[in-house]
Amino acid sequence: MKWKLEKKDFQKFLQGLMEDYDLFAPVKLTEGVSEFKKINQPEEVYLNQLFTQKPAKEVFFPQSEVMFHYEKRGGQTQTISLEEIERERILLGAKPCEIKAISIIEKVFMSGESIDVYFLEKRRKTIIMGLACNHPLSTCFCTSTGGSPFLREGSDLFLIDLGESFLMEGITGKGLSFQENKFLKEPSEEDLNTAQLIESKAFQKVDSSVPVEGIEKRLDLMMESTFWNRVHEKCVGCRICTYLCPTCHCFDMVDEGGPQRGQRVRNWDSCLSPLYSLETSGHNPRPTGRERTRQRIMHKFNYYPKIYGQVACVGCGRCILYCPVHFDIRKAILWTSPKRPKKYEERSSS
Amino acid sequence: MKVKNPYLPIPAVVKRAYIETTDHMLRTLELKFLKEEDAQAFHFIPGQFCELSIFGKGEAPFGIASSPTEDGRLTFTINKAGVVTTALHHIEEGSEIGIRGPLGNGYPMELFKGKNLLVIGGGFAFTTLRSLITYFLHPANRSQVNQITVIYGARMPGLLLYKEELNSWQKREDIHLVVTVDWGDKDWKGKVGLVPNVLEELAPSSENTIAVICGPPMMIKFTLPKLVALQFPDERIYTSLERRMKCGIGKCGRCNIGHLYVCKDGPVFNYAQLKNLPRDD
Repeated sequence: MKWKLEKKDFQKFLQGLMEDYDLFAPVKLTEGVSEFKKINQPEEVYLNQLFTQKPAKEVFFPQSEVMFHYEKRGGQTQTISLEEIERERILLGAKPCEIKAISIIEKVFMSGESIDVYFLEKRRKTIIMGLACNHPLSTCFCTSTGGSPFLREGSDLFLIDLGESFLMEGITGKGLSFQENKFLKEPSEEDLNTAQLIESKAFQKVDSSVPVEGIEKRLDLMMESTFWNRVHEKCVGCRICTYLCPTCHCFDMVDEGGPQRGQRVRNWDSCLSPLYSLETSGHNPRPTGRERTRQRIMHKFNYYPKIYGQVACVGCGRCILYCPVHFDIRKAILWTSPKRPKKYEERSSS
Repeated sequence: MKVKNPYLPIPAVVKRAYIETTDHMLRTLELKFLKEEDAQAFHFIPGQFCELSIFGKGEAPFGIASSPTEDGRLTFTINKAGVVTTALHHIEEGSEIGIRGPLGNGYPMELFKGKNLLVIGGGFAFTTLRSLITYFLHPANRSQVNQITVIYGARMPGLLLYKEELNSWQKREDIHLVVTVDWGDKDWKGKVGLVPNVLEELAPSSENTIAVICGPPMMIKFTLPKLVALQFPDERIYTSLERRMKCGIGKCGRCNIGHLYVCKDGPVFNYAQLKNLPRDD
């Protein structure tokens, strides 16, 4: 089912949503920097930036999250868990790649014997209104990892920016439930054609040549390759690639406060940090950049696929865009494949 | 339906606490759940571990040293090393503590049935081995395994754990216990020698036998070839691994070796499994 939403009605449409839901959408913080935040006024919603620096995972798995409070009362400590959220949520304006990434994290947090209740609560109370990616960047390679700039999967409602209006597609039952909304109109034949044209143009812009297919098997044979000795060399260990990665889900847990009262907090953590795996004895199973970079790449393209049958990379390109030393994960992927340029062979043997 | 929050510590209290070793670095805590229903719901097998919490300090993982056959007794032996373990060394009897668990897979007790058991331990890694041995020495379980042979080594006599228990095991007919130290003192009448050498000298048969080995990496490194020489196949050598852990339930990353997580897929693995894993050590 498809509708059309005129942009002149967009803020009123959002106002309507906010009566029933907490709305999360990109907000511009400063020039070139935006972030998913809870919206207080519809005009805060800012969809003009291709993507936010921090991905939409933050709505479900915040950078820093209080898990529970504890307080000693009458000689006994009470814990109060903060997993529950009061209102249902709408996540608006997330791009197909980061929505796909949410499903990748979901597999870790919402499966197995123990369920991550903090993630689960937010996930099941959130309706996702995805926004098609009309202008992919040169660093985008979602089509190489099984995605697409117009991937509908994961969205409940899918928006395509047509310039003066949005074309909206109801994907799931939750998305279709908005059909009675008074701002939604019948789209014209021309609108549908325009949307299709934008879609095929966007698709062509994305680099689909990154040889991700078959990488799990290739990496099986590369654990002790000399490739790892070289690949980490320019990494300065700033960890920005892992924090901004929409599929990275590692966290640390710390207590803030004293013995009387305080809170247990979890914070994003990174396998590229030497402290991440450092044991109290002083032993570190991943003592150098070699092992840590290997862990990052192997987890995404070998370990995760072994468990869940898909790579844990959606090709959003954030790690390429924001790396201070221009580490390019596409090159690392390419190196693992027979398509690698000859010069790599020479370098590895040197 | 409300899903159980796996991150919330269950309230417990320190019932008893005592120093085990002459260097005062190892202390055993005996814990008791505050609520009877929590005690009833806590079922574990030897080899599993728990996350112990001291509010304001944080959490750390420890193998369970007691056995499920000990009528609800729940003990942990703590090596003083970091922030949480130091706090656990200073916590007084009667103080509160938080427990999450039991976590991890534990020893494959079903597979041990009908076999001889060769248990090799070194240093303070003896905790979950004590749990395992105690489980099979219980009258209700003793017939599940055939011979039980234990080699336990420490650097010095004063660093041996659970001394009274070791003495009582020495007197029993249904367990062959060999205790050894790297170097003795004037009162030491027992064996002096490194665990791998003692194993070689003892040369137990590998026939229908499972070896469970737990100890410092150096001990394991030199003991494994001796087991191989005794013709133990990789599938019948079990060990329990340690890694830095936080969540204990396979969510936070961190403790993986290849695609396996030590916290949820382990900590107990056999050598056939470990051989197939990429080396991160």
